[in-house]
Amino acid sequence: MPNPPSPPGALSRRALLTGTAAAAGIGLAGCDSITGGLSGGTTVKQWNLLAGSDGAIMTSMHEEFMAETGVNLRATTFTWGTPFYTKLVMGASGGNAADVATIHLSRLDSLSPSTLLDAIEVDELVDAGLNPEDFPTEIWDRCFSDDRLYAVPLDTHALVNYYNRTICEQAGVLNPDGTLLETHGVEEYFDLLRAVKDVTGEYGTSLDTNAGWRQFWAWYRQQDGEWIFHDDGFELDDDKALNAIDTMWRMADEGLCPRISDGGATAANFENGAGGLVQVGNWEITRFRAFNEAQGLDFSMAEMPDFFGNRRTQGDCHAFVLPRHNSWDDEVRAATVEYVSWMLRHSLEWGAGAGHTPAYLPVTESAEFQELEPNAEYSGVVDNVQFDPKVWFAGSAARLPDEVGQIFAGVYSGANDPETALAGIKDVAQTLVDLPNPID
Amino acid sequence: MSTDTATPAAASTADRPPSPAPARAPKRRSWLGLWFVLPFLAVYAVFMLWPMLLGLYYSFTDKSLTGRPVEWIGLANWAEAFGDPAAMDSLWNTARFTVLSTPPLVILGLAFALLAHRARRIGWFLRLSFFAPFVIPVSVVTMIWLWMYQPAGGLINHYLGEWGLGGDRLWAFQEDAMGSVVATTVWWTLGFNFLLYLAALQTIPAEVYEAADIDGANSLQKLWGITLPLLKRTTALVIVLQLIASLRIFDQYYLMAGGAANLATENVFIQYIYNSGFVGFRIGYASALSYILFVCIIVIALIQFRLLSRRED
Repeated sequence: MPNPPSPPGALSRRALLTGTAAAAGIGLAGCDSITGGLSGGTTVKQWNLLAGSDGAIMTSMHEEFMAETGVNLRATTFTWGTPFYTKLVMGASGGNAADVATIHLSRLDSLSPSTLLDAIEVDELVDAGLNPEDFPTEIWDRCFSDDRLYAVPLDTHALVNYYNRTICEQAGVLNPDGTLLETHGVEEYFDLLRAVKDVTGEYGTSLDTNAGWRQFWAWYRQQDGEWIFHDDGFELDDDKALNAIDTMWRMADEGLCPRISDGGATAANFENGAGGLVQVGNWEITRFRAFNEAQGLDFSMAEMPDFFGNRRTQGDCHAFVLPRHNSWDDEVRAATVEYVSWMLRHSLEWGAGAGHTPAYLPVTESAEFQELEPNAEYSGVVDNVQFDPKVWFAGSAARLPDEVGQIFAGVYSGANDPETALAGIKDVAQTLVDLPNPID
Repeated sequence: MSTDTATPAAASTADRPPSPAPARAPKRRSWLGLWFVLPFLAVYAVFMLWPMLLGLYYSFTDKSLTGRPVEWIGLANWAEAFGDPAAMDSLWNTARFTVLSTPPLVILGLAFALLAHRARRIGWFLRLSFFAPFVIPVSVVTMIWLWMYQPAGGLINHYLGEWGLGGDRLWAFQEDAMGSVVATTVWWTLGFNFLLYLAALQTIPAEVYEAADIDGANSLQKLWGITLPLLKRTTALVIVLQLIASLRIFDQYYLMAGGAANLATENVFIQYIYNSGFVGFRIGYASALSYILFVCIIVIALIQFRLLSRRED
């Protein structure tokens, strides 16, 4: 059978193939010109876990960095938490991970720095324009392991208290200047939440019931509670822990906060006015600002409320580390350190955009940063921030906060009463202590 | 695998005159075949045999992902595994998944194959429909089903609520995620068993049915008397493959109910292995756990092989 003639107007196969090839050629040529233009020198691979709204800020900083320095930065964002750390550890154990990665400083020890990370020489940093004196001492000291420097801190971030000005004004819980009333003690804060709940008709505050560890640690630390781990056990102050857990239980029981709410629902509750306050990390600021632009949300931020006599809060630091390399190319190494330095020197943007408090003091102490709103309103978190216990299974997204958080989710939902929950977290802790330590 | 295969007759004609009796081809050893399988053999050795041996060795050590020096610790990992309640719980969950998922996957696979085999006009459409889910990647499948399972606004809960069946309890992340994962898996992987059965159905000669028709058998009798017995070998194969696939449950479970963020307390066994090794750094312990699963699968496959092959005699 002869080939039927092509209908008029239809593409012939030859024309299609020619066209596709030409298009592909243009595409390839296009790619080439882009990479050619940017990689004027070196390519630096970066891995980060900033899958939240602060990731957008980092991406725009990366674009500025590339435009300014000509270094070709290839950043990859992984799912926050365990998937990221798993990927980082597996990459580093093969010696072929990224050149630089972000971590939570509380996880440094659990990443076995001596075998999985490459140490950073202080001289290198000085050459790139960073000095050890430019960092808060207590944070800088946490970047060391066995007297070697493994991390460069980027920021401090913590659990803060956002409030919806419109709702809080109606509830009568604002000062004349529009800031949130300062309360003292659990009862006073609960009264404030009750007033807000009367206005919203749903919740007083919205919080992430899956992230109970953060709230627990903040409230436990407000009572000076310590959680110290030994080789075969741990010391936890039962009464103080019970006070903290009881606060969760009562808050949910009275309907002052949701019984079940994950990260997304928590933020949404605040955006749509189901809660007049929300207790989440400062990094959600980008999301709420975007919502404000789209639909209007008059909000500001304050420190963690005083539940037990002070305003301590749970938090952590983002830091840069260099995963272990089988071999370093001198140029890449220099560009990597330059990248770290550039990000710190420009971390005003990180603070303004993502709500974090930069660790780099020349930025934090600058008049420009001091004037930033609402950052100024919660600037005290830097002194009040409480890091997770120092043990290999603790730290952001590690097993202790994860597994303890599961029990606290049950407290919020009403399934675990405070005594059961306390027994539960002690069981979890003992199980983790009994595990052979895979790091030392 | 053996490499001392008899040289094919055609190859032998190349270097000697054609033998008058091809049945008596000389049993000469030739290493020629080895060159053909060498590429496969190399990959198999590097990516299969060597890791298996290494894993067995690691299971007797405290090998850690952190790369610290390895120490021989004898049977400590194995003893720990059998006394680890979390490991045993997850093994039990894997067993539960296997028990729950295998019967529907085999029975529905057969039922759909019978349907598609009977249908004349829309046969192609049924074949396409039943097999189509199988080609979708697991990440997409789990995402679609999670949307359907969403407690607020998800397809299933929405209609359950609308029909007054209480639409608030069905939620993949709630205490028991097993049913949701089983339903998703059945929908997703049914197509493979369906295809095996369909192929087998097409090999049953039409004469057998014609003979039965002449004897006046009704369709149920034909199904019981002809189709099912003639599909026995396929059924044996499908069950073995399905058991092995179900025992290896990980992807769907991990994606639907396993991430750290949604606070699932349940694990299936491979997930526990993954967590021990890659999240918890304990490669040695994870290797021991892997070998336990390996032995379980082999034992189950052998028992089944014995049972079915005996029945066939």
